Amino acid sequence: MKIILNGREEEFEGETISVSEMLVLKKFSFRMRIVKVNGRLISRDDYGSSVINDGDIVQMFYLMSGG
Amino acid sequence: MKLSEIEDHLKNFRVGIAGAGGLGSNCAASLARTGIGTLVIADFDRVEQSNLSRQYYFPDQTGMLKTEALKENLVRIRPEINVLTFQGKLDRENIPSVFSGCDVIVEAFDRSDMKEMIVESVQNELPGIPLIVGSGLAGWGRNEILKLRKIDETLYICGDEMTEASDDLPPMAPRVGIVANLQANTVVEILLGISPKTR
Repeated sequence: MKIILNGREEEFEGETISVSEMLVLKKFSFRMRIVKVNGRLISRDDYGSSVINDGDIVQMFYLMSGG
Repeated sequence: MKLSEIEDHLKNFRVGIAGAGGLGSNCAASLARTGIGTLVIADFDRVEQSNLSRQYYFPDQTGMLKTEALKENLVRIRPEINVLTFQGKLDRENIPSVFSGCDVIVEAFDRSDMKEMIVESVQNELPGIPLIVGSGLAGWGRNEILKLRKIDETLYICGDEMTEASDDLPPMAPRVGIVANLQANTVVEILLGISPKTR
């Protein structure tokens, strides 16, 4: 499957992938982050159950302290 | 567009500022100068001596509520500005009412868990209102990695998205000011692209 992650095409094994799996595979280990799939905000509690499909647009950014 | 036309347009809008620290106070000061009609400033804290290294306050304001001190400074910059204040801690419950009616909201918290909280609150409870998040501004130098990233029509990120503030890498006036002004600049760009709503 191919997705667009932060504007770049990324390929993963299989037909679908959960947000949790994507974060592990991409080594996005920093805990404070926002994830949107096709424009929909995915809350932390739903990472395991939220499915990313082929062709989906995924955006992820880190929330760094300081302000 | 002439400056007078820009000011005439911007005076019709209301912008929320969530937090009146380094990002919020500097962003608000910049927006006040552009002629934004109304700012809604929310903060729970008081001005401390240590804030003066980067926040838009003055030594004689130490001990004052940040909301009151910032309002004072914004009115000095632009007497005709309308400043509404929310004195208290923002949370999931009060964010929708504090910022209802705002055309754009600026996230200006210090802590990243608060940043997460307001992104979720605004995206879920105030859908359609653009939120400008600050992420990654601590330290000094590295101008070349400070930037704006537009996620979509409702979510914008300003900063380097990688630098965490710490005791050895404190937020400092120049870099915080750049990010605060990236946020203010984004607000102006959004507002100059839309028509005022009738309220």
